[in-house]
Amino acid sequence: MIGIGVLRGMGVTFKTFLETYPWGRGLLRALRIPTTNGLVTVEYPDVKQQHHERFRYFPFLVYDQTPDNLRCVACKICEQECPPACIHIIGPAKDEQGRPAKAHGRTYPVEFDIDISVCMSCRICVDVCPFDAIEMDNQYELSGFDRFGQMVFNKDKLLKPNDYFQRIKPTEAATVDARLAAKKK
Amino acid sequence: MNSQTHPIETELLEVSLGPQHPSTHGVFRMNATLDGETIVKLKPVMGYLHRNHEQIGEGITYIASFPFTDRLDYFCAMSNNFGLALAIEKLGGIAVSERGEYLRVIMAELTRLINHTAVTGFLLNDMGAFGTPLLYAFREREKILDLFEAASGSRMMCNYVRPGGVREDVPEAWLERAEKLVDGYPAFLDEFEKLLTENEIIRQRCQHVGILPKELAINASATGPLLRASGVDYDIRKVDGYSIYSRFNFRVPLGTVGDVYDRYYVRILEMRESVKILQQALKEIPTGAAISPKGLAMVKAPRTFRPPKGEAYGRIESPKGELGFYLVSDGTPQPYRYHIRAPSFVNLTILEDMCLGHKVADVIIILGSIDIVMGEVDR
Repeated sequence: MIGIGVLRGMGVTFKTFLETYPWGRGLLRALRIPTTNGLVTVEYPDVKQQHHERFRYFPFLVYDQTPDNLRCVACKICEQECPPACIHIIGPAKDEQGRPAKAHGRTYPVEFDIDISVCMSCRICVDVCPFDAIEMDNQYELSGFDRFGQMVFNKDKLLKPNDYFQRIKPTEAATVDARLAAKKK
Repeated sequence: MNSQTHPIETELLEVSLGPQHPSTHGVFRMNATLDGETIVKLKPVMGYLHRNHEQIGEGITYIASFPFTDRLDYFCAMSNNFGLALAIEKLGGIAVSERGEYLRVIMAELTRLINHTAVTGFLLNDMGAFGTPLLYAFREREKILDLFEAASGSRMMCNYVRPGGVREDVPEAWLERAEKLVDGYPAFLDEFEKLLTENEIIRQRCQHVGILPKELAINASATGPLLRASGVDYDIRKVDGYSIYSRFNFRVPLGTVGDVYDRYYVRILEMRESVKILQQALKEIPTGAAISPKGLAMVKAPRTFRPPKGEAYGRIESPKGELGFYLVSDGTPQPYRYHIRAPSFVNLTILEDMCLGHKVADVIIILGSIDIVMGEVDR
């Protein structure tokens, strides 16, 4: 009979409609029809979605204890490997005589800029960094009005402590810390 | 008045459909010549989303092309990665770890579920069933994207598969979650089919519309569900047996007529087969390293990978058809030539033959049934 298929389809729609209300789910349960929790949307600005630990957005630079003790030594590997070429490094820093200046026994970059409007969050910089100096952040509310003032992150904006890294990505930070400790020995 | 009838003078009308139109799936334009409402000529116009991907690929290392392949066909990032990884492995002779093989197959099949569910939703959207089927499809897609985010860190631009395996192993309890989702998927498909398959309106809109004969499909080198809906048994997973597909037990569903309805139904059946592959893969997956040592070295230092002079072609059965990556190496860390055989692009070339003689409204659903993503067409 013509029309049966349409009616059956409407039955599916009606069941989904019922699933979005608690009383509807109760009704379906009473009728012994298997249900799911029909609500899947997150009301974003009020409720924030719980992201997975590996969720990545833009990179940041890790420092230990104090901001001048950053792990980056300005080797420029990430700058070279970045597919859209959004990393820009000036350095390593030099002293008056032209010799490489050191802080905490390491060379350091004078400038480290990431143009986050170009960055495509691919995580290749993290993979290639031999010093575990760059990691992926999970901050995503970064919109702004100004192309170069707000979208180009300089060193001050990129530097974040290792505690922060441990907080947002505990598993990954633990392996990185273990690797660095093994290297020190 | 005499009884002689005068024919009404008519003329052909040229209509430009797109490039900015919700039914053209991105920035795609069709120059259609109409006689009344019937199509007499149709010319696809491409190139609005050209991003110079192949040329960029020749200036960066092999590894650095992976994030760009995510953006080819943004619905199937994982399987695009997979194709390039296969080509690089052939070129450089990289062994793949056993767990990596399984994870890649799992990801590729989950991608097929995403793609076929979403494209069915979009097809129905084109047909005028606004919202409902598309949102049901996206609700299911969301669950799989959550799994992708947990494994790779990103929902759509996964950048996860690497030569030699996958970039990092899946997190704890991921496989159990995937298993739960895969086991629940047939129930969703049943419901989805109840909504669509027997629906009289869909049958009247789709059956015997946009028929692609077997011979023409082969001549135009169409691949994927488009070709199989025309009744040609050609699935690269079976034909090539790349990766570990030869270990799994699955069927290649075929259509008989080659119309829009067959394409829709072949996709539904393919999803059921994908669920079978996934169940087998999730059961058999071994423990161990997710990436082979050579692959890991390449991830850590992309410039140390200098494949010998030569060429390689790696292809996979992407959800849309044969996705091939052709690489020519001149011994440097960057490819000398990098070319992509994109299924959407090749399948799109026979659009005119399918549309001739049909009405304008049918063109929209024929285009929807081919399943194109402009990112892949223009590259």
